[in-house]
Amino acid sequence: MATLATPVRRPLPLIRHSAALAVRSLIKTWRTPEALIDVTAQPALFLLIFVYIFGGAVSGSTHDYLQFLLPGILGQTIAFGAIAIGVNMNTDITKGVFDRFRAFPIPRLAPLLGAVLGDIVRYVVVTVSTLGMGYILGFRLQGGVFAALAGCALAVLFALCLSWLSVAVGMSVRTTGAVQGILFLLMMPLAFASNVFVDPATLPSWMQGFVKVNPLTHLVGAVRGLFLGTPVGDHVWWTLAWSLAFVVVFMPLALRIYRRKV
Amino acid sequence: MTDLAIEAEGLVKSFGATKALRGVDLAVPRGTVLGLLGPNGAGKTTAVRILSTLLRPDGGRARVGGHDVVRHPDRVRRIIGLTGQYASVDEDLTGRQNLILFGILLDLGRAAARARAVELLQWFELTEAADRPVKTYSGGMRRRLDLAASLIARPEVVFLDEPTTGLDPGKREAMWDVVRSLVLDGATVLLTTQYLEEAEALADEITVIDHGQVIAHDTPDGLKRIVGGQTLEVRPSRMDDLPRAAEILSAVATGGAKADEIRTGVLAVPVDGDAAMTTAVARLAEAGIPVTELSLHLPSLDEVFFTLTGRPAENPNRPAENPNRPAETLEVS
Repeated sequence: MATLATPVRRPLPLIRHSAALAVRSLIKTWRTPEALIDVTAQPALFLLIFVYIFGGAVSGSTHDYLQFLLPGILGQTIAFGAIAIGVNMNTDITKGVFDRFRAFPIPRLAPLLGAVLGDIVRYVVVTVSTLGMGYILGFRLQGGVFAALAGCALAVLFALCLSWLSVAVGMSVRTTGAVQGILFLLMMPLAFASNVFVDPATLPSWMQGFVKVNPLTHLVGAVRGLFLGTPVGDHVWWTLAWSLAFVVVFMPLALRIYRRKV
Repeated sequence: MTDLAIEAEGLVKSFGATKALRGVDLAVPRGTVLGLLGPNGAGKTTAVRILSTLLRPDGGRARVGGHDVVRHPDRVRRIIGLTGQYASVDEDLTGRQNLILFGILLDLGRAAARARAVELLQWFELTEAADRPVKTYSGGMRRRLDLAASLIARPEVVFLDEPTTGLDPGKREAMWDVVRSLVLDGATVLLTTQYLEEAEALADEITVIDHGQVIAHDTPDGLKRIVGGQTLEVRPSRMDDLPRAAEILSAVATGGAKADEIRTGVLAVPVDGDAAMTTAVARLAEAGIPVTELSLHLPSLDEVFFTLTGRPAENPNRPAENPNRPAETLEVS
């Protein structure tokens, strides 16, 4: 045989191997575009339903409500969209290919990190499709190009960090059905006890305490400010802090559970 | 440096209340093939998973290529190739994409990974199917891709866990040729199998395990001697000579046993060693009895297996196990 297939030690193994495995996720997404339905059709449908059914009641005008709601729908779709990676990882690790990854001289974190990074495409898709549908219905960005891009970037970053919560659940639960159920229960209060759909001032006071610390409130507050050109307050900082917290807590946890499954 | 590529001492592993391994010792010299033989649930897969760093043993020590599997799993992973009972490839990727991805993960670099993929696809006759997703492959094609995947970095030590289970006989022979060529290239192979003929065809030495314990270790011929001596079979040219030939054979047989006519015109006696055959030939010639057939047989490995484990070898034609179930479950069930 002609090729000399000699392994050479190269620098930064975690980054290189994670990137290679992220490409694997991208190929899989490319081959099964229907797996993107939760981040394309779903936000569009939610926009239509909420704007035209509740818009009049909540804001007095569907157009005003659309301006208010779109950043919220983006945040809500990100929260529910994060469920998919936990479910996928749960099925993935029971398949043979993960045995091969485990028998390779690569960092243990690489298959997990690769999967999370490969999900960037999902979150870019959700941002673009939500904004696209919003534009068709009459939504307009008012904070300028850079603020809008910053808002999109913040949303994608938050989504990637939140993925680690999903991966950790995906690693620790036995069946995919359970992963889905648990994550849905976790995401539900995040999405609804927040500023996603209504002004939190209208909520009962006992709930407001939760709304104030809810990470989704901060994400949506930040994105809303950046998209509409209104003050963002400390929402951006809180969003970054929560993102960091998700990674710091759930990445090592997911890795620990994954290692123990070996 | 030792001349053993694989060495294990007292490996112990339990899954809950099930003791999968109860102190297994293994020793495989470099450049040889060890056949790990045993019935379903004997602990074969568990042993392979420990040696390939996928499982931590509860007790005992194991070294592969001189590296401790618990203390330096990364060094072990650099020199091994593993083919499990079920295909460890990504079903959504094409055969080529799988091999390139694995090549990159094994640090070959992108260009070399591509070239190696082409080479392996050719070797395993998968070039035509190279750009189809693996989920469209037949079972045999998946097995071949899986084996190709474990040979990407030219591993020093190759673990093959029931590599031909579920393959049709023709494909099995092809797989055997691959194993032989690996050994010619200097690799050490540990092969688990339920097929006795496979162990016989490939293995230099055979370790038989049952209920998580080694119950025999020897060369294939050595194992056959465990069951007892050899059988000498003679077919005299003329049927009339049968009684006289029987007398002569009885004289060289173990304990003077009487010769049996096992098939029409064929006499058989148990004998103790190769010398019995020479003696028999000389005496038959002296007596002027021409023979058309004369042969010395060792018992088959099936008989060995039965003697050692007290039950017959697995039916090789049983349906393949569910490929998606984790191996431990298969082992302990």
